[in-house]
Amino acid sequence: MASPQDVPRAELIGCPNCDLLHHAKHVADGERAICSRCHTVLIAPRAAAYNRALALSVANLILVVAAVFHPFLEIHAAGIVNRVSLLDVATSFGSGALVVVSVTSVAMILLVPLLRAVFLAYALAPLALQHRAYPGARWAFRVTQQMKPWAMTEIFAIGCAVALVKVADLARLNFGPAFWMFIVLSAFVLLVDRSLCSWSIWAALDEAEQEPGRGTAPAPTVRP
Amino acid sequence: MTTARQAGLVTCRTCARVWPMQTESCGRCGMPLTSREPMSLQRVWAWWLAGLVCYIPANLYPMLVTETLTSRSDDTIIGGAIEIARHGDLGIALIVLIASVFIPVIKFIAIGYLALSVRMRSQKTPVARMHLFEVIEFIGRWSMIDVFVVAILSALVQLSVVASIQPGPAALAFALSVIFTMFSAKSFDPRLIWDYLPSRAGQGAS
Repeated sequence: MASPQDVPRAELIGCPNCDLLHHAKHVADGERAICSRCHTVLIAPRAAAYNRALALSVANLILVVAAVFHPFLEIHAAGIVNRVSLLDVATSFGSGALVVVSVTSVAMILLVPLLRAVFLAYALAPLALQHRAYPGARWAFRVTQQMKPWAMTEIFAIGCAVALVKVADLARLNFGPAFWMFIVLSAFVLLVDRSLCSWSIWAALDEAEQEPGRGTAPAPTVRP
Repeated sequence: MTTARQAGLVTCRTCARVWPMQTESCGRCGMPLTSREPMSLQRVWAWWLAGLVCYIPANLYPMLVTETLTSRSDDTIIGGAIEIARHGDLGIALIVLIASVFIPVIKFIAIGYLALSVRMRSQKTPVARMHLFEVIEFIGRWSMIDVFVVAILSALVQLSVVASIQPGPAALAFALSVIFTMFSAKSFDPRLIWDYLPSRAGQGAS
């Protein structure tokens, strides 16, 4: 490993998990650069990642919006049929503090995945189309990364299956179309997150903002 | 082996770029920069304790209140899992038990262990502790399954007098417990694990 003094600072990469410095060399598509101490994946570019992630983000956006209005479960009992969509879940809790639970649930199931898809598409579209980065693209990409643990579509899909079993003796339950949308959505979200290499995207955003006459990235703020 | 801190640099945990030590925010992604999260362990313990406090009523109070024409039953988390197992769906019962009991308990123990090991300046098995931290961050969210099940069922099972399901007070307590422990894990700065290792460069961590 080169001593940090010999390398321009822009070519250094610090491991976010153990702070070890590495020289960020060019990593070929499909290969991974791993921290030599804690084995965190530092760089893992994928060919055509932007196009695919952009396409999947748009697909996710459509899926989330469609899933809001379609029922995800329906119940048959004693001649009564009840179908619920996520909007019903959001509005069904009437009493006091429990409203917090339904609002939080719907935010994690719908709002966060929706915002992630929108922001990611916004940040990646110029990279995929080889345009100059849109204003605020850095902020948008950062927010998608930060929201990642709070997007819980796959957990909700499993929750539907558990709910189905839980009331099996009370009534007959069927999956509605939105359930299958959530299954597909969960798979797509996984694919997007797997194909994204944070370091490569940050580097690409740097490049996409360095048009002639634009200068370089904004200078960091330094304490006096 | 040189860390960013030993080289007088600070690493951005969001985008991995390094900046001179006194830099306040990352020039690339805009996140505030800290060489080590200030008061990381205090925040870990604060959220950890809040999560533990919520976890107690989450297990004592009913999660679901099921009313049918003839009966009314209050199910706690464990009671609900036993109920499912009694119907013969051992797989689903196992999912509920793992997500609502096993994962939270493991999480409390593991975060406590990590925070203590850093406090004691342990030099043992840093790679294993790092893996433990990654596993904790990954599995923590899965505890939300039971909260979602409650939300789904109370929206779905509203069949006038035939059957209705209402959320119990434990639903809120459990959701808060899961969210607090996720914050607790997030507050932990894994770079602390590596700080007290004997440095080959001869520069101890400050």
